[in-house]
Amino acid sequence: MQKRPPPSALSLLQLAASHCLPYARLTAICAGEAEGAAASVLNQAYETLMTLATKKTRDGKRVEKLKMLFGLAVNEAKLTSQRTRLKNQNGFHLCRLSREVYTFVSPSRMSGSLLNMFSKGTKRKFSDGGEEISEEGLLGARVASSYSLQRQSLLDMSLIKLQLCHMLVEPNLCRSVLIANTVRQIQEEMTHDGSWHMVTEAFCSAGQSPSERLVATEVLCRSREQDAEPKVFSVISYEGCREEEVVADETLCSVSVRDTVSNVYLAGRMGQCWEKNELSGIERDEEVLEDSRLGSGEDEEIDTEDEVSTEGPKTIGQVFGTFEIKNGSPGPDSALEELFSDVDTSYYDLDTMLTGMQSAPKMGPYDLLDSLGPSHGSPSIMSTPNCRSDLNELDHIMEIIVGS
Amino acid sequence: MIVLSFFFPFAYTADIISTVEFNYSGELLATGDKGGRVVIFQREQESKNRPLSRGEYNVYSTFQSHEPEFDYLKSLEIEEKINKIRWLPQQNAAHFLLSTNDKTIKLWKISERDKRAEGYNLKDEDGRLRDPFRITSLRVPVLMPMDLMVEASPRRIFANAHTYHINSISVNSDYETYLSADDLRINLWHLEITDRSFNIVDIKPANMEELTEVITAAECHPHQCNVFVYSSSKGTIRLCDMRAAALCDRHSKFFEEPEDPSSRSFFSEIISSISDVKFSHSVKVWDLNMENRPVETYQVHEYLRSKLCSLYENDCIFDKFECCWNGSDSAIMTGSYNNFFRMFDRNTRRDITLEASRENSKPRAMLKPRKVCTGGKRKKDEISVDSLDFNKKILHTAWHPKENVIAVAATNNLYIFQDKLN
Repeated sequence: MQKRPPPSALSLLQLAASHCLPYARLTAICAGEAEGAAASVLNQAYETLMTLATKKTRDGKRVEKLKMLFGLAVNEAKLTSQRTRLKNQNGFHLCRLSREVYTFVSPSRMSGSLLNMFSKGTKRKFSDGGEEISEEGLLGARVASSYSLQRQSLLDMSLIKLQLCHMLVEPNLCRSVLIANTVRQIQEEMTHDGSWHMVTEAFCSAGQSPSERLVATEVLCRSREQDAEPKVFSVISYEGCREEEVVADETLCSVSVRDTVSNVYLAGRMGQCWEKNELSGIERDEEVLEDSRLGSGEDEEIDTEDEVSTEGPKTIGQVFGTFEIKNGSPGPDSALEELFSDVDTSYYDLDTMLTGMQSAPKMGPYDLLDSLGPSHGSPSIMSTPNCRSDLNELDHIMEIIVGS
Repeated sequence: MIVLSFFFPFAYTADIISTVEFNYSGELLATGDKGGRVVIFQREQESKNRPLSRGEYNVYSTFQSHEPEFDYLKSLEIEEKINKIRWLPQQNAAHFLLSTNDKTIKLWKISERDKRAEGYNLKDEDGRLRDPFRITSLRVPVLMPMDLMVEASPRRIFANAHTYHINSISVNSDYETYLSADDLRINLWHLEITDRSFNIVDIKPANMEELTEVITAAECHPHQCNVFVYSSSKGTIRLCDMRAAALCDRHSKFFEEPEDPSSRSFFSEIISSISDVKFSHSVKVWDLNMENRPVETYQVHEYLRSKLCSLYENDCIFDKFECCWNGSDSAIMTGSYNNFFRMFDRNTRRDITLEASRENSKPRAMLKPRKVCTGGKRKKDEISVDSLDFNKKILHTAWHPKENVIAVAATNNLYIFQDKLN
């Protein structure tokens, strides 16, 4: 029985080959061994991970934790979360996103449960938790922001899940609807306490130099007249990431990230946000081409953590992980294009996501521009001069994509 | 209180079992699996020779009900997994059941053949045609006994009526019609007519982006053939009367438990989503006349409340556990994780948690009750909620309509437990 193949290991490899070899190896292993993975293969993956981890730090405690994480040697030590233990028992596969962010993908559930594991001395406190707060000495502040953290990770998790829906043979509509409702709920709550606004501001803030590119092509932060809820989504794409490593996990629908000494926001937002947005019923105004080849001018430094706490960037990095940078990546654009050449953009149409049906994309090529027009965007976006010039670029790139 | 013993493990480990259903008499037990196969077990007649083997179930028939299909238009594969099996009441020597995958419902006839005709005139015993000129006398074929052969043949195929995944089928009490429900629509079929069905519920919004609720289960009323019920992902149950309108979008009765605002979380909606509806005759028991809250509520997974986030991450929170009544409606059973299943006695308000596993039970031994502890000190024999295996879940259970015999499907093993004989 041939199921639709998951995002191919090949494309992952292509991408990773130009950027991060160890990651490629690991991902290939994990992606290729969807079922019936040989223990030795997995062990190899574990060892690779461990090597990576130990290379980055000489912290013995970290190794200990990682060992436990992988279920290799269970020592009595502070495990980062009970949740992790749970997952390991059930034989999830490991994928490494970055130096400190590990992702578990369940082979048995092709819906792709993704978990993030933060190993750097951070213990997350979850609703199932009651775990101790991190050792970093930020105890007090942490408690206050832990709820926001939880909420944020829940949001991320949900968006990732939505993103993965389209990978299935035919997505489970009930599950998709429930996840989408959860996302909407979180968004509403975040809107009410103002966090959402801060997120979008973060998105909108201009101004990194062109060489550091984490891009959100479009972030729309709006308050509609009809209902006071701002709906936001962002599409992160990567264009001209010359100097960055593109860490792309196709399951997360590609992200381009830059190093974060301070802040990076990743990934999952893309695509899903768009879809989630559609679910909120705004699609008419906010068009986003999911295709991540949209360049943009915006060099957004998206600091999601800022919105939930006023803590320093360090903690943000801890929470969301850091992403490596390597220089001299040869033509990431070509790698990216290859990566996306076989991605059917109709996947990202809402209907496709929800029902598995492929339908024509709902937006035309210039709707994006329209929606960036002053009538729609929030002042904070439009006021930045960067946007104007970048819109031309955007225009140009979209033409290429559409092939007109 | 139900005490279960007589653990009788089947070696049926072909594929992940996706549905389990006893027929009306309890003599037959049908299981459907992920590979599209249906396996029917039949209860042995009690015989004096083997008094201890009171009604053991043995494989009676196996057939491939559904094959994987490919929808060329959408370029998607249609899974052959059997989502539901429902028996029809027996009207003659043959048995009929409906089995459905995501898109197609089939009516199967299961019949026995234990005699064959011998002594044909026109062909000889090997089946070769005889030369007519050589036939000098006529004889009447006689029926000779043969080894029992159970044949399954598809009698009707009800296809192309569902855009979304079928999650329930339910035979009406008139035994002529049945309903099939997918995520957004419910159709009414006549058993004899395969090219048409009536759409009786449609909750698809004009704009799919506004979709916030799906149908999770539907069932016909056991006695009133015009009444049926369907449940939704938002935790509501709607009772509809087909006589009221052709399209039953407006419900006659609406059941929803008001949410406790203090326990509200992001998971509230998901955990309130109703996974299964059975008339008794959720594991919330609703009185049809009292709509604002359930009559009885049984906390099945209370110990998991603190783990909701984990369950959300690993998708277990979306698991749909089925529930079933016993024959006398005095008990309710449903499955859980770690191959546990739970039974609730409505009269004594007591419940018991048992485990379906070969390792932990010996055949013919009494099952030991289990307990899950949520935190703090774990007593001996208790199982910590952290060590539950969330991959081992019992989603499908069935209770014999008359006796205390239960069938429990644990992934790809089928366990049948019987009440202890005194």
